[in-house]
Amino acid sequence: MADQPTTSPSPERSTGTTRVKRGLAEMLRGGVIMDVVTPEQARIAEDAGAVAVMALERVPADIRRDGGVARMSDPAMIEGIKGAVTIPVMAKARIGHFAEAQMLEAMGVDFVDESEVLTPADEAHHIDKWAFTVPFVCGATNLGEALRRIAEGAAMIRSKGEAGTGNIVEAVRHLRSILGDLRKIGVADEAERFDWAKRLQAPLPLVQEIGETGRLPVPLFCAGGIATPADASLVMQLGAEAVFVGSGIFKSENPAQRARAIVEATTHYRDPEILVKVSRGLGEAMPGLEVGQLDTRLAERGW
Amino acid sequence: MGAPGRKVGIVAVQGDVREHAQAVAELGAQPVEVRTPGALSGVDALILPGGESTTMSMLLDSAGLRDPLVEAVASGIPVLGTCAGMILLAAEVLDGRADQQGLGGIDVTVRRNAFGRQRDSFEADLDVAGLEGGPFPAVFIRAPVVERAGPGVDVLATLDGRPVLCRQGSITVAAFHPELTGDHRIHERSLGGW
Repeated sequence: MADQPTTSPSPERSTGTTRVKRGLAEMLRGGVIMDVVTPEQARIAEDAGAVAVMALERVPADIRRDGGVARMSDPAMIEGIKGAVTIPVMAKARIGHFAEAQMLEAMGVDFVDESEVLTPADEAHHIDKWAFTVPFVCGATNLGEALRRIAEGAAMIRSKGEAGTGNIVEAVRHLRSILGDLRKIGVADEAERFDWAKRLQAPLPLVQEIGETGRLPVPLFCAGGIATPADASLVMQLGAEAVFVGSGIFKSENPAQRARAIVEATTHYRDPEILVKVSRGLGEAMPGLEVGQLDTRLAERGW
Repeated sequence: MGAPGRKVGIVAVQGDVREHAQAVAELGAQPVEVRTPGALSGVDALILPGGESTTMSMLLDSAGLRDPLVEAVASGIPVLGTCAGMILLAAEVLDGRADQQGLGGIDVTVRRNAFGRQRDSFEADLDVAGLEGGPFPAVFIRAPVVERAGPGVDVLATLDGRPVLCRQGSITVAAFHPELTGDHRIHERSLGGW
C-alpha cells in the first residue's frame, strides 16, 4: 500500500487523434444508434438503452416523402437534443459540405455522419475528415467505397442500405459485399492484393492492412432499413458490429417497446429464444417500401 | 498473469469487448464473453469494458446479470473496469441517469463525461504508481473522473490532480482505456492482483 501517485505536472493532451476518434466508434459496438427528431424522442431512445442518438429534423422516411433538398438540421434543434440526454449525440452533414460539418463540430456534436440521406453538396469530393477533431461516420455500399472514406479520415463505416424504406435487403447486399470481399482479400496473396487495390479503387496500404487483420481498420456498423429485432440479429450475425435505426423506431406503432426490443436483439443476436421473447406483441412495424419501386435511391449518392 | 488457461470473463452486453479479449489472450489467459449468468461460472477474473454505461446497466438487468456480478465482484477475484466499467463498479455516480445503478465494489464517487464531449477526448501519457516501464499511454474518451476516493482506495494515477486510476483490494478501475493501446501492463497487473 506504499503506492502513491507521483505529483508530476499535467501531461500534454492530444485531442482528435485517430485513436481517440476510432475509440469512440469502438465504444458504440454492440449497441443501437437511434434517429430522433425531438428531445422527447431522444429521452425515449436513451431510456430504451440506445448507445447514441442521431439528431435530425426529419427521419429518412419523411425526407423521402417530402422530397426537395435535405440539409443539416437547425442548430437549436440539435442543441435541444444534446441537452436532453447524457449519451453521445450524432448529427448529419451533407456529402462534401464541410461548412455544415464545421458547424456541427463547433456545436459539440460527438460524431458527424456525412450522409447520403441528405442531398449531396459536392458531386466529386467528400469532406476531408482528417481536418476535424470530431470523428466522422460515412456510408458505403462496397469495400472500395468504405476504404476511400477511411482514407479520407472516416472513423466508422456503416452500410448505406436504403434509408427510410424499412426494407433490409439493401443493407444485407452492402454488408455481404463488404464482408465477402474482406474475406477474399484475407486469403489473397501479395500480388493479388495489388490487383484488389486497383479494382476497388482503394489505397494499397489499406488493402494490405485488411489483408493482414481480416477486418476494416474502423468499426463496421449497419444502417438503412432495420425495422425489427430480427433485422438487427440478421445483420449482426452477418458481421455488423452495431446498428443504426432510422425511421424504424419512431415510425412504428410502439416506439419505446420496439426500441428496447432492438437493443436486446443487438446484444443477444445469436439467441433466438431471446429474440422471440422481445419480438412478441410489438405492434405494427413501420410501413415498408419495395426497393424496386423507389423514385430515389439514396445509396447511389456518394462515390 | 498466472497459469495459462486462466479464464477471464469479459462482460459482453455492449462495448469494446474485442480489445479486452485480445489483451487477455495476448497475456496467455482465456477470454470468456459473459452475456448470461451461466457464463460466469468458473471465471478467475472479470473485466467490465468500455462502452455506454447507461446501456450496459440496463442490459445487465434484463440479462439477469446484476446479482451474479455483484456476487462475483464481492468474491475477491481480480476485477478490472475501464471507463463505463469504472462507472458500473463505482459506489456512487454523478451526472448519471436517475435509475442508473452500479454494482458497487469500489468506494469511489465518479462523475460521467467529466472531461467534456468527444471533441475534448484526448490521449495523454500517465505516470502510474508502481508501474514499471515508463508512463502509460492513456486514451480518454468522453471519460469519467473520480471525484471522491474512500479511505480504503489507493489512487494509482491522477490527471490535473484528479484520480483516474484507482484500486481497492482486488478491484481496479480506470477512467481511460488501457485496452486500446496494445500496452497490456495495466491488464497484467490488475488481473494478476498487482
